[in-house]
This record gives sequence, C-alpha cells and structure tokens, in this order.
Amino acid sequence: MDEKILYGYTGLFDTPDEIIEAAEKTAAEGFQKYDVHTPYPVHGMDAAMKLKPSKLPYIALAVGLSALFVMFIFMYWMTTIDYPVIVGGKPFFSFPAWVPVLFEITVLSASIGTVVTMIAIFFKFPNISHPLHDTDFIRSVTSDKYGISIEAEDPKFDEEYVRSFLASIGAKSITAIYWDNDEVNFKNTVLQPKFITFLIVVALAVSGTTYFTLNKLMFMVPFNWMREQSKYIPQEVSTFFSDGFSMRVPVKGTVARGNMPYRYAGDPDAAGKELINPLAITEKNLELGKKKFDIYCSPCHGYFGKGDSRLRGQFPNPPSLHSEKVRNWSDGRIYAVLMDGQNVMPSYASQLNRNERWAVILYVRALQRSLNAKESDLK
Amino acid sequence: MSSSVPDYSKNVSVIEGKPSLRSIDDLISKPLDTKPDKKYYIALAVTTTMLMIGAIALLASFYYGTGLWGNNNPVGWGFPIVNFVFWVGIGHAGTLISAILFLLRQKWRNGIARFAEGMTIFAVMTAGIFPAIHVGRPWLDGYLFPYPNQHSLWVNFNSPLLWDVFAVSTYFTVSFIFWYVGLIPDFAILRDRTKSKIKKTIYSITSLGWRGSNRHWQHYEMVYLVLAGFATPLVLSVHTIVSFDFAVAILPGWHSTIFPPYFVAGAVFSGFAMVQNVLIFIRKIFNYEHIITIDTLEKMNKVILLTGSLVGYAYAMEFFIAWYSGVQIEQFTFVNRAFGPYAWAYWIMVSCNVLFPQLFWIKKIRRTIPLMFIIAVLVNVGMWFERYVITVSSLARDYLPSSWAYFTPTLTDLSILLGSFGFFFTFLLLFTKTLPVVSIVEVKAVVEGSQPSHKDH
Ligand code: HEC
Repeated sequence: MDEKILYGYTGLFDTPDEIIEAAEKTAAEGFQKYDVHTPYPVHGMDAAMKLKPSKLPYIALAVGLSALFVMFIFMYWMTTIDYPVIVGGKPFFSFPAWVPVLFEITVLSASIGTVVTMIAIFFKFPNISHPLHDTDFIRSVTSDKYGISIEAEDPKFDEEYVRSFLASIGAKSITAIYWDNDEVNFKNTVLQPKFITFLIVVALAVSGTTYFTLNKLMFMVPFNWMREQSKYIPQEVSTFFSDGFSMRVPVKGTVARGNMPYRYAGDPDAAGKELINPLAITEKNLELGKKKFDIYCSPCHGYFGKGDSRLRGQFPNPPSLHSEKVRNWSDGRIYAVLMDGQNVMPSYASQLNRNERWAVILYVRALQRSLNAKESDLK
Repeated sequence: MSSSVPDYSKNVSVIEGKPSLRSIDDLISKPLDTKPDKKYYIALAVTTTMLMIGAIALLASFYYGTGLWGNNNPVGWGFPIVNFVFWVGIGHAGTLISAILFLLRQKWRNGIARFAEGMTIFAVMTAGIFPAIHVGRPWLDGYLFPYPNQHSLWVNFNSPLLWDVFAVSTYFTVSFIFWYVGLIPDFAILRDRTKSKIKKTIYSITSLGWRGSNRHWQHYEMVYLVLAGFATPLVLSVHTIVSFDFAVAILPGWHSTIFPPYFVAGAVFSGFAMVQNVLIFIRKIFNYEHIITIDTLEKMNKVILLTGSLVGYAYAMEFFIAWYSGVQIEQFTFVNRAFGPYAWAYWIMVSCNVLFPQLFWIKKIRRTIPLMFIIAVLVNVGMWFERYVITVSSLARDYLPSSWAYFTPTLTDLSILLGSFGFFFTFLLLFTKTLPVVSIVEVKAVVEGSQPSHKDH
C-alpha cells in the first residue's frame, strides 16, 4: 500500500491557559475523537474536555473485595478443613490472627488489579507503534508544549475544516499525521519459525534448569547437608564399633523410663504363684478391660472368650477361656500368657501396657463368671 | 517581607526561580546523558567492595552454617533480625513521602518523592535478605508461601512471622508499582529526547507508549490517588506487623501494646534521616539546589524532629508502663536495659535518637547543611542501636536467670551488615545513573506558571 492513510491533525500551544481555552472550544465545537496532550497533568483540563470521572476506583474496590473474599475462603479451607493444626491452643478458625494477611492481600490485589486494568484496558498499552509516536508533535508535548490532536475518524472530520478550525483557536505548527506504512501493513509474525524456535529454546531452558535444580542441585553439597548428616541411622553398619553394629545394647540392668521389668519370662508357673492383680474390680477398670479385650483378643478368642474366632480358619482356633483349667489359673498365670505368648499365640506385651493387661484379665474373669455363675451371684 | 511572621495565605513556590520546562528536562536527565565521572566510579568501587565482603561472608555462612554468626542460645535473633528491622524501617520514608504527603497535598514532596521511593525499594530489598538468610537454608524459603507442596501442609496464619512475609512482600510490590507508574511519563520524556537507538528502544518499551494524552492523564491521576490511598494504610501496617514479631511474643520488654505506633514512628524517623543524608549529596552533585530546596530539607528536618520526639516519648512510656504494671520481670528488664550489660547500647540509642534531634528546634540548625547531615547520620546510628537493644537485651536476659548470656557479634555478622550497606548504596548509585532521580513530570507540574491561572473560573 503506497498511499498514506491520514490519522488526524495536530496543533501546538505555548501556555496552559491557551490549551485550556482551546480544549473548551474543541469540545464546544462538537468534536468527539480528539485529545489534548500535555507534558504533565494540567488542572481543570478534565472539565474543559468535559470528561466523565474515571471509573478506576470502582475497579479497585471490586478487585480488592473479591481478593479479600477469595483469600478468606482459601484460608478457612486450609486451616479448618484441609489440614487443621492446633497452634498455640487457638481455635482452627481464629479470625483476629488472620486480619493482617487478609489486609495485605486485599491491598496487594487491588493495587495490581487497578494498575493493570488502567494500563491494559483503559490505555490499551503497551502500544509503541501509535501514529503519533516519533513525530515532532509528540516530542514537543512530552517536553514543554501543549498539543491538540483531532482524529480523522471523528464524524465531523474534514481536512479543510479541521485545519482552519485549529488555526482559528490559535494553534501553531498545524500538521497532518499519517499512519506509518509498516504499522498499517503489520503482519502477525508470531508463527514465524524463528519465533517458534525461540519459544522451544526458552521452554527447554526453563524446564532443564528446573529439573537440574530440583533433582540434582538439591542433592549436592551443601544443599544436602540437612538430609545427609554425619550420624548413624538404624541398622547401619558401624565402622567405629568392633562388632560392626551401630545400635548398642544398653548397659546391663538398664530400665527404660516408665517400664516395669518382668522377671518371669519363660517361667509361667512362677508368675502364676507370685504375681497378684493390683487392680480393684471397678467399673472403670472393667470398661478398660472390655475395650482392650475387644480390640486385641476377640479376633481369635471371640467376644465372649468362647474360642469362636472370626478368622475363619486362617489361624488355629484357640481353646475356650471358660475351661476348667483357665478358670482355676491365678491372674498371674494368665498374665504370663499375655507377656510371653503361648505356643501359637503371640505375646501381647508391646500392644498393652501393664495396667491394661491386668484390666483385660479382670474382664476375662468377668466373662468366666458370666457363664459359670455361682449361686450367690443370683441374689 | 521583613517581619518574622510569614504570610501563610500565599502559596509559596516549591521550586526556586522559574526554570523553563525544557531546562528541567535537561537538568534531570543530564546524569543519564553524560558519562559518569571519576568520583562516581570511586564511590561505586567502595560500595561494591562492601557488597562483596558481605557476599563472601554470606556464602561462608551458607556453606558452614549459621554457627558463624553470634546467634546462639538464648539470643537466637541476633544481627539478622536487627538488620531486617533497621532496613525495613529505612524503607518507610519513601512511601510516606510519596503517598501520605501526596494525600496531604504537600507540594514540596514532588522534588524528593521519586528518590525516596527508589530508596524504599532498595531498602526493602536489603531488608528482605535478612529473614531469608536467617533461616540458614535460604533455598527452602519457598515454604513460606502457601502453595500445595508435597507435604500437603499449609503455612501458619496465626504467626506474626508469616504476617511479615505477606506484609513485606506486599509492601515491596506495591511500592514498586507505585514507583513504576510514576516513571511511565518520565520514560516517555526520555524516549522523545534521546539520540541513542538502544536507549530509545528501552525507553519505548518501558514507557509502554505513553503519549501525554489527557484522556490518559485523567485515569492516571485517579490511579495515583487510589494507590496513595492504598499505600498509606499499607506503610503503617508493615512496621506494625514487624513490631508484632516482638509484641506477640511473651518476652519481657517485647510484650507491649505500644510497639506498633512506636515502631512506625521510629521507622519514619530513620527513613527520613536516611533520605536526608542521601539528598544532601544528590542535590549538590547534580546541581538540583533549586529543585530540592533548602526549604524542603528544613521540612524534612521538622518531620525528623517530630518523629524523634515521638520515639523519645515511647522510650519514656515503656519505663512508665513497666513501673505502673507492677510486673517484676518487666521492671527488671528496663532497669537492666539502662544500667545492665547493654547500657552502652542503650545510651547510644537515647542520645542519638532523643537528644541530638532536639537541636532541630533551632531554625539555624534546621537550615545548616553540615549540621543536619551529622544529626541525620547520628539518627541512623541510634535507630540501628534501638533495634539492637530491643532484640538483644530482652533475649539475653529473660525469665530464667540460669539461661542468661551476653551476645557478641562475630566478624561474619559485621561483614554481612557492611555488605547490606554496600548492597543498598550500589543500587542507589546505579539508580542515579539510569533513571531520573527526580520526577520530571511532578516538578514541571509545580513550577510557577505551569498551571492555568483560572481567570474565568
Ligand atoms: C492370634 C489369635 C489370638 C489372639 C489375638 C489372642 N489369642 Fe490367646 N490364644 C490363641 C491360641 C491359638 C491359643 C492356644 C495356644 C495353645 O495352643 O496353647 C491361645 C491361648 C490363650 C490362653 C490360654 C488358654 C489355654 O487354655 O491354654 C489364654 C489365657 C489366652 N489365650 C488369652 C488371650 C488374651 C487375654 C488375649 C488378648 C490380649 C489373647 N489371648 C489374644 C490365639 C490368640
């Protein structure tokens, strides 16, 4: 395309007073697609051009409030639904402590939202190929002159008429501005092979760096020092101790905190003779016993100790706990079974603590009594 | 007018003389158009050396661990937190000048706002280094942000330290946006006057295509107002939240409701002092004496006097409350501050922050450049020691006398502190040579005769 397309006419003024007057006259003349260009905001120009007040504050309000709302929901979900963690005894939903973060997020989003909206939507920026760019006109109005431009797209536009109008309001250096041919004939070059190659290179570089950082770098010195500390982990071979074990056997006679040594391992009869149930028959103890029995014993022995296993033959059925033999055992003898196990029955020493073992035994006694009640129990 | 009472009904001009608009362009963009001289390179060499010393100390700390620092039981918050609070405080002057004074219609701010905003950004960047390195493994800092990570854990929104993350990063972002929005029209000016092709391309991109159109100015001014409105509570919130780091803890000497206003006043105080220090150089070196006038400096000194007195009031009030509360440990803490092992730091703080700024009551001193420079330097020293006293003395002696200890910084600590100054001033020096340090547009808008005379309105 050789013939140039007209963008509009421009004129320059020297003082702020002149430009205000010129803007008022241009507005009064009924032009719509015109603009005033000044090196800095001139007071009273909005009124002179009869511009409506900017709507940007509403955008700020809308963006700010929506961010506040979304962040609130997000925080509520994180702290009370997805992964509730008690912190300092505060409730999961502790609103006062959230106020600072909510405030910051509101301000942050509203600021970014408003500025981006202004630049991208209100100004249609970035746009560095506007016909006015690189003209003497723009060079003057960004420095020390005040200018008016009237676009060819204005319904009242007519070359002769606009030129004489500009002259009549006192404009100097009235010039016609044309679209650059490059700008008019601009073709979308996004799909050029060069650009695509560039994109591919960028993508490879970014993913490569990420891969390297996360999968290699983080395992190199010194980044791995948290993970690989100079200490033994369980079962590791020791080069320090002559026996090669990194785990050491405690000194003889060591008693772990809160543990009562059990002296009758492997000697159930002695246990039966010497051990005495320290618990009183109270409702609380029986309840604890029932709970633990139902959890740990009933799968094999059945809820009532009758030997009706729920394991459907996957494991040998145990004998009934109501047998003559067990009824005549002392509490200490049963205790020995729980501590050591008996034949195929495993030990329950690590599942139940001392108190719980004796409570279970109390409950077993209660079960036995329920099937073999004495005359006196009926009273 | 010979009488001593000035005529307040008249608008005094903020810019001396009546420079033409084009001469303002020329003057402010001169540092960008000319090659820097020898002095600039010497200054840059000094600051980058400081920066490198800090960088080496930092790398060593990453490699060998934070054991290189003085931090230890019971003072787990040593230099990193002191420096963090100090630098964030410095960063408060910029937004205060650009946002609060803008809302208060203080025209004298126009000459110094851009510069102060730049300082804000660099100071917050410097401050941001410290919490990041204080964790010891800064490459794990990403966990500070709530994102769906492989532990499916979220951050703790009840913690003041997390509030800090949000406050400081928001502050940085909003300050940066504010700064950039202010720069757009200036970039357009530079774009249209430069002869170099490379610069033209850069300025074309950064100015986004600004055309000085009044239809744009209208929204632009509105957004500036909105941003100022946002930045004002923001700037107050940031140091409030920084003070929560202390006030929410139950340590004697920290757990106090006076902290937020006290910290904000202190931040403005130190920030203004730092701006003052640097402005004195800038206006001299670049011949901006008629743009950044002595009147402007005097007004800055008045703000320093005001905030300094507020800080002094807070010091006194802390003692009063300690006595009035009747809490023994609280009383001990303050007596210990003034007369205990940290008394030297305490009295440096009190003399630099409370006593010397009081000299600004004298008009002559407010308008004498060497004196105000010295006082401003002292204020910065004093404010650094304020953070030192608060952080260290409370931690060193808390409830359990058996765990008391004395904090001694190491060479690494001092090098990192030096490096932070190097970082800040290197950025500042680069800034003075790459961007207009005074807002061309805002100065033009307040030059005499630049606004219509409103004869018919
Ligand atoms: C894995 C299944 C299993 C569980 C669980 C189990 N037992 Fe046993 N128990 C057995 C078997 C099998 C025997 C028979 C062992 C033998 O052959 O002597 C047995 C034997 C006994 C005996 C001795 C009975 C006798 O006649 O010799 C007692 C007492 C006993 N269990 C109590 C308990 C108690 C109390 C619990 C709960 C802590 C429990 N058992 C949990 C499988 C189990």
